[in-house]
Amino acid sequence: MSVLVYIQTQEGKATKAGLEVASFAKNMNVGDVTALVPGTLSGDGGLGSVGVSKVLHFSEGVTDNSQLSKLTQAAAQSVDASTIVFSGNNDGNSIAPRVAIAMNVGYVSGVTCLPEGKTFTRNVFSGKATAAVNVMSDVCVISITPNSYGIKSDAGEASVETFSADIGAQRVVLNGFTPTSNDGSVPLPEAERVVSAGRGLKGPENWGIVEDLARALGATTACSRPVGDMGWRPHHEHVGQTGLTIRPDLYIACGISGAIQHLAGVNQSKVIVVINTDPEAPFFKAADYGIVGDVFEVLPKLTEAIKEL
Amino acid sequence: MKLLVCISKAPDTTSRIAFTDGDKRFDESGVQFIVNPYDEWYALVRAIELVEAQGGSVTTITVGDATCDPIIRKALAIGASDAVRIDANPTDSSQVARLISNYANDKSYDIIFAGKETINHNSSAVPAMIAECMDLPYVALATSIDVDGDLSTLNCESTGGTNNVSVKGSFVLSATKGMAEQRIPNMRGIMSARTKPLTVVEASGVTATTEVSKFTLPPAKGDCVMVDADNAAELVRLLREEAKII
Ligand SMILES: Cc1cc2nc3c(=O)[nH]c(=O)nc-3n(C[C@H](O)[C@H](O)[C@H](O)COP(=O)(O)OP(=O)(O)OC[C@H]3O[C@@H](n4cnc5c(N)ncnc54)[C@H](O)[C@@H]3O)c2cc1C
Repeated sequence: MSVLVYIQTQEGKATKAGLEVASFAKNMNVGDVTALVPGTLSGDGGLGSVGVSKVLHFSEGVTDNSQLSKLTQAAAQSVDASTIVFSGNNDGNSIAPRVAIAMNVGYVSGVTCLPEGKTFTRNVFSGKATAAVNVMSDVCVISITPNSYGIKSDAGEASVETFSADIGAQRVVLNGFTPTSNDGSVPLPEAERVVSAGRGLKGPENWGIVEDLARALGATTACSRPVGDMGWRPHHEHVGQTGLTIRPDLYIACGISGAIQHLAGVNQSKVIVVINTDPEAPFFKAADYGIVGDVFEVLPKLTEAIKEL
Repeated sequence: MKLLVCISKAPDTTSRIAFTDGDKRFDESGVQFIVNPYDEWYALVRAIELVEAQGGSVTTITVGDATCDPIIRKALAIGASDAVRIDANPTDSSQVARLISNYANDKSYDIIFAGKETINHNSSAVPAMIAECMDLPYVALATSIDVDGDLSTLNCESTGGTNNVSVKGSFVLSATKGMAEQRIPNMRGIMSARTKPLTVVEASGVTATTEVSKFTLPPAKGDCVMVDADNAAELVRLLREEAKII
């Protein structure tokens, strides 16, 4: 038995999400871990250090999920994989379900911890509950919720083989890519620290204090839905039941009331800090640490205190 | 233009989440159901806008039992032309996708729309699965779409940014925020929805590949530790020494 992991790289190195997926696969303890890497790769991409024994490198850059699905199937066949693991990010989520259908096997998305046999735990009801899901087929395809497992190092080096396969024709043509943030911060779904702000900030011109705190912490910024809807912040920062579901280690909510739809997307954060002028704000009930106070006074002080660390 | 929009029934966002049948099933008693927001606000409304501008029809499709009919009527009230319900109680996403594909296969839809995920299952799987079942291209997380003849151009969220893509001919898309603005059905829409066709079709034999063995509610949070507004340094100390998070 073996596990195949689908890995994305950036400048030849496995991404953070990729290293997490490989760590997860290794610690499933069901066999050797083989990584499929499409695109650029330098050395073993850092994958040996998280327990991957073999890397299958497909050097062409491919973006069409139907082609990437065919590629994954071919790799799974070549190593006789019993489990195929993706990161539950935007790319993984568009390829993994295709692979499961093509191979006629069970698929579990958004897995949050190591399975027991073929029973996987995943979030449902936008984080308001979890479900244990049994896969009834011999082979299973899964995707892992980013930042739910973490990266576990495992000394070693992976062998690298060139891999080729017939992946069919490209049908979705990529005309261009615009990065969401050019400030070098981690994409929101993968971020370990998030500073989020709501209507309490009063207007887009006041976001400087939020960004300062985020920068001091090495955090990514997020926002509540009305803030996205009013165009104070870009849509991709919107978290909650109808936005992103995230689970960072630290979530700092500034001037957000904590409506049930907002909490749904963030209540699995490991530590929640709430800063709100209203001591009755519902968010305090979901928080680990709270400050009743004005964000315009508290945030600059907090930023200073962090810088002093 | 012949468009198909996948519509799913979801519990209202303020619903109490509880389980029954030995925690194997969602307890629907007293729950208010809505059209899954991603299906309604983004997929359905954008499909309707395209047909309003260029002509054609918007058919909605739902896999579910008769309890789905009220939310299907809502979709018709917003402006869909007609609706199909596949009469089944699906237990996993592959079953939903296979049933929809079996139905849609010989109907030559130009574009099949779905929301990016449901707010109850959160799988983000059905549209990709439909695409695979029907051997169609798939564009995930679309935030905009323009159609010019058989060429569609879309913006979509990718990891760490936005892709601009184009695709020729039929394809499947999943819609997310940005695609359209929510529409409130007006009186005329609500009246006409009553007489628009809702076709119920038998489910073909499709079996699930996964099953939920148990739902669990998260443990209750402990008390929130309050820190004085003038003492930001104390919060930083707690985060470092107690929570060990920074
Ligand atoms: C179907 C549906 C889906 C939804 N999905 C989402 C979702 O995905 N995500 C989401 O966020 N919302 C969602 N909502 C909206 C949600 O119900 C709330 O309306 C929203 O989260 C409120 O945003 P807010 O906390 O920024 O604003 P408000 O509720 O206006 O809260 C602002 C808070 O800031 C505090 N405040 C004001 N001034 C200051 C100050 N100077 N310093 C400190 N605190 C201050 C106030 O006390 C208040 O608590 C959804 C709603 C519906 C109906």
